[in-house]
Amino acid sequence: MSSDLRYAMKCYTPVIYKGLSPCKPNAIKSAVLQSEQVQYVIKQLAKEMGESPDIIQEEATEILDEMGHSMQLGAVRFFAFTLSKIFKQLFQRVCVNEEGMQRLQHAIQEHPVVLLPSHRSYVDFLMLSYLLYTYDLALPVIAAGIDFLGMKIVGELLRRAGAFFMRRSFGGNRLYWAVFAEYVKTMLRSGYAPIEFFLEGTRSRTAKTLTPKFGLLSIVMEPFLKREVFDTYLVPISISYERILEESLYAYELLGVPKPKESTSGLLKARRILSDNFGTIHIYVGQPVSLRTLASGRINRCPYNLVPRHLPQKPSEDIQEFVSDVAYKMELLQIENMVLSPWVLVAAVLLQNLPAMDFELLIEKTLWLKGLTQTFGGFIEWPDNLCARKAVLSGLTLHANIARLVDGHVVLNDKGVEDGAVGEIVFKRALAILMCATYRNQLLNVFVRPSLVAVALQMTRSFRKEEVYSCFSFLRDVFSDEFIFFPGISLKDFEEGCFLLTKCDAIQTSQQEIYPTDKGSVIVSFLSAMFRPFVEGYQLIFRYLSKETKEAFTEKQLIPGVRNFVFQLLEKGNTQCYEALSSDMQKNALAALVQLGAVKKKKMSNGFTYSVNQEAVNKILDMFDARIPVQKPVAARL
Amino acid sequence: MAAAAEEAAESGGGGSPSSARRRLRIISGHLRGSPRAPEREALSLSPCKAQGGSAGPASGSIPKKRQELLKWNGWGYNDSKFIFNKKGQAEFTGKRYRLGGMVLPTFKEWIEKTFGASLEHKTTSRASLNVNDVPPSIVNEEFLQDLRATKISYSQDAEDRVFRAHGHCLHEIFVLREGMFKRIPDIVVWPVCHEDVVKIVELACKHNLCIIPFGGGTSVSSALECPEEEKRTIVSLDTSQMNRILWIDEKNLTACVEAGIVGQDLEKQLAESGFCTGHEPDSMEFSSLGGWVATRASGMKKNIYGNIEDLVIHIKMVTPRGIVEKNCQVPRMSTGPDIHHFIMGSEGTLGVVTEVTIKIRPVPEYQKYGSVVFPNFERGVACLREVAKQRCAPASIRLVDNAQFQFGHALKPQVASIFTSFLDGLKKFYITKFKGFDPNILCVATLLFEGDREKVLQHEKQVYDIATKFGGLAAGEDNGQRGYMLTFVIAYIRDLGLDYYVIGESFETSVPWDRVLDLCRNVKERIVRECKEKGVQFAPLSTCRVTQTYDAGACVYFYFAFNYRGISDPIHVYEQIERAAREEILANGGSLSHHHGVGKLRKRWMKESISDVGLGMLRSVKEYVDPNNIFGNKNLL
Repeated sequence: MSSDLRYAMKCYTPVIYKGLSPCKPNAIKSAVLQSEQVQYVIKQLAKEMGESPDIIQEEATEILDEMGHSMQLGAVRFFAFTLSKIFKQLFQRVCVNEEGMQRLQHAIQEHPVVLLPSHRSYVDFLMLSYLLYTYDLALPVIAAGIDFLGMKIVGELLRRAGAFFMRRSFGGNRLYWAVFAEYVKTMLRSGYAPIEFFLEGTRSRTAKTLTPKFGLLSIVMEPFLKREVFDTYLVPISISYERILEESLYAYELLGVPKPKESTSGLLKARRILSDNFGTIHIYVGQPVSLRTLASGRINRCPYNLVPRHLPQKPSEDIQEFVSDVAYKMELLQIENMVLSPWVLVAAVLLQNLPAMDFELLIEKTLWLKGLTQTFGGFIEWPDNLCARKAVLSGLTLHANIARLVDGHVVLNDKGVEDGAVGEIVFKRALAILMCATYRNQLLNVFVRPSLVAVALQMTRSFRKEEVYSCFSFLRDVFSDEFIFFPGISLKDFEEGCFLLTKCDAIQTSQQEIYPTDKGSVIVSFLSAMFRPFVEGYQLIFRYLSKETKEAFTEKQLIPGVRNFVFQLLEKGNTQCYEALSSDMQKNALAALVQLGAVKKKKMSNGFTYSVNQEAVNKILDMFDARIPVQKPVAARL
Repeated sequence: MAAAAEEAAESGGGGSPSSARRRLRIISGHLRGSPRAPEREALSLSPCKAQGGSAGPASGSIPKKRQELLKWNGWGYNDSKFIFNKKGQAEFTGKRYRLGGMVLPTFKEWIEKTFGASLEHKTTSRASLNVNDVPPSIVNEEFLQDLRATKISYSQDAEDRVFRAHGHCLHEIFVLREGMFKRIPDIVVWPVCHEDVVKIVELACKHNLCIIPFGGGTSVSSALECPEEEKRTIVSLDTSQMNRILWIDEKNLTACVEAGIVGQDLEKQLAESGFCTGHEPDSMEFSSLGGWVATRASGMKKNIYGNIEDLVIHIKMVTPRGIVEKNCQVPRMSTGPDIHHFIMGSEGTLGVVTEVTIKIRPVPEYQKYGSVVFPNFERGVACLREVAKQRCAPASIRLVDNAQFQFGHALKPQVASIFTSFLDGLKKFYITKFKGFDPNILCVATLLFEGDREKVLQHEKQVYDIATKFGGLAAGEDNGQRGYMLTFVIAYIRDLGLDYYVIGESFETSVPWDRVLDLCRNVKERIVRECKEKGVQFAPLSTCRVTQTYDAGACVYFYFAFNYRGISDPIHVYEQIERAAREEILANGGSLSHHHGVGKLRKRWMKESISDVGLGMLRSVKEYVDPNNIFGNKNLL
């Protein structure tokens, strides 16, 4: 008790940026308001709307007040105190790579720093601030969704702890954009505090890294691109949870049971989880990446030289591409550094052996998968002296809500399945499977390249490298929203996949051909089974869409339709692909079709509408069934 | 000469009516009591002084045999250099400069502290030119016969040729000290008038030779280096003997001058008639009028007198295609694009500038130096911006950053009396303790006012009032004057550095006001970082100053030097870092050059700087004017 208090009241003299001239949150706000950038937009809008600039200025002030943080050491100490209490309750331990913290400490002194953590839970940013406080580093200001402000007291508390709030979408609102961008840039330029935000934009409900959002990243990159700062460090941070706090919430949400609105009372209700155990948190602070180094040789001529720097300017295509590349690179680094718990392996094995699996076999397979994961560069937390049985058992204990050991067999924990109605059984089962999948998903981005080669090998039933590649390339395009691929390097990804498969002796390659080895068929079929839910799920969703006749529909309208379609198939036992119920997969599949040109996306006043080109969707479906060789359409697209 | 030196030494405060004249003397070095000087007063209108036959010997400050007066392997006069005397104290030799013969007690410590250099680690240049290393002169006999027939003076002497094979880039000086150029001119010719130049260019066309014009030899852009792959005979056309003022037109305030005259002679001779051009580039002791035109030079006092493009009224240039000039000498004309702008900045690629009509002004009645201390560089720049905005910049206003302020401080001569040292201490106490300026952050602006006494004082007040608004404190005339003196001796310091493993260079750019601070910070930091990455073991000196103000921006000068002990190929490392610094400048919205020019050193960025089409425009001019590339120094394009 008193130790928490002492910790909260400890002398906090953080390491700060060398060029920092200390200032108060309010000074930043007024600097933003008076900045040329904001003033320019205010004047423009005043002219266009025929209003007095004062009124718009007033509006800008309001925006800023809604948005701005007001970091106070008192609030930070309050959080330090309560969080250390809560965290101690919830988690067994928190592991941090010390050298990463040291690197971060250097980086913070040298150049403005942007922290880019992965986003799996609300705990992410609380934990990170808590960590920086503990290590006597400058506390970050954090971009948070405006919905937090809906929470009484808590919203204001977060604000005082350094959160600033951004509206979910403000593309059209020039004033908002100008104020927001300038607010972030002002803090960055002055080195006021590290800026923290989530590239993924929202918590990943599936624990699979989401494709990056570019808006905030392009804002924080701009001061360097305009040479207002010498450099900016981007720090990828991977936070992984042995057990995710929101796991069941996510599963419900994916199945269409709406997410509860953030509210203080909701939070209070959630306190019962305090009695639960959520295992270990791993935080890996990656090597700070110098934006200058990334840009060197890429952007030859500063496109900003010919326009005054305070004018809002749409980034050139070059720059947009650069921002996107940086975003993907950072996410790939997050993935690379993500610590995987043994349970992740267990979940992956279990999902391929439903409804029940022999415990001994599970242990054996888990151990086997551990080796494979390490060959593929996965970063598994598995102490040398920990025997496999113990590891699996402890995973089962921690995740008793998902799976349990019954008579030497491990079964999914879908209690009440036997005596419910068919619909209820399917729903319960889907819940358990989606929760379990949340853990397997953490492996997918490590496995995706070799696995898609394996899937392609099975789909083409050919050994010709060319054909396998074109199928791989097709799959990579289809799954471009599902998994994280660095843009435009399909061939390199293919080669990496082949290399990894060769490394684990699963295949042999010659100049023109790829053969699975005798020993390798186990691996190849395991890998393709791992991704089967996606291949099958996408086919189901595409099939539904190919029959969609409505002229124009919204995403919101589509999802219940697909869900019912899949649900019925499941009830009839015509498919086992429970994961196709996941709204996440459904959205990604729709996005994939848009990208493949089979669905048209149109911007309307109240969002986007979609319309299907049935012929094109059927063609894609045929490619999945290998009824037509993939090659042609791929070549045409290229 | 003695008088000039004395006066210079005695001057403490400046600010007297005679100070303008005194400054002239300081910067022009001492006047050799030339026996021909009186002749100069009778301005001759004769078209060519060589008419009578043999070319008369040079009568300017710089002799034909340059090596007799100037260093062959370094900057400036043979007798002027920094040395460490027997006590180990730094001293500047010679009597040409105010600093001459003075001991600089803190300079050694500054060098040791700044560069980690030590007097024990010394490199020595070869003592003299090794004639055997010099590439042989290959000149076709027929051409020589034709040349002799013109009676134009020439030389194939090795020393003469090597002297004209280079400018003053670091790598060029390094080659002189330790190696030899691969290609140098085969022959040096000394035309004495426009007609001589016409003849030489005709001969070059006839025999298909390559001409490289040579003025003062102060280029810092590799412009004078001979292209290694040039197979033709290279003729170095030394304009130094074309150095007469042909006429002075007091009604229109113009003077027609032969292009080979060097700055100090031009000002000296105009001063005798009570005039000046006011064009004072830092190299004005040695650089020539033709060179200024060919590189688009800028002078320190451009705020009053303008840069070369503002000063020039008429240019006569000899090209392989013929002579290019205008039909009148008017302040402005609307006759299509100004052909002067093809010539200015052409860097010797189109022809030889032979005669220039330039604006002149009466010598100002009064001159006064000044200086202002600012708490930091940001405030200083803000002040300069305001001064530019109000268009009240004095003749010169410069802002040096803290590192350069300390550098200037290290060059403070031993103080003569206890009283002065007491005063200095008091000043320092006032600024650092009373006003709270951090001596490691503060920076200094140096000022030079010129004009009527009354107006100068009024002007001075206006500028100091602005400075006060930006936290500036007046810091005396002395500091100002020392700042300007530094400009002339800094080139000598490089030679000293070279003796102790320290290499360095300056480079410049122009930049819009709103980017000045970012550019200065980023370029300095880039240099430091590149040094680290390239294995330089000691932190470099990386410093800048804002040297010119304009309505829309400023000219920024960087000094960069480092101790290269432990590096096997210092010049290569140096060049990589300089290149990185230039990339940084361009990325920060700075120009490729404000006044040094492009030469061969910065050619690679030309396309980026002026676009493909722009480059094509320049190329097509070159193709028309000089289809056989007689002016083949390969600069610019």
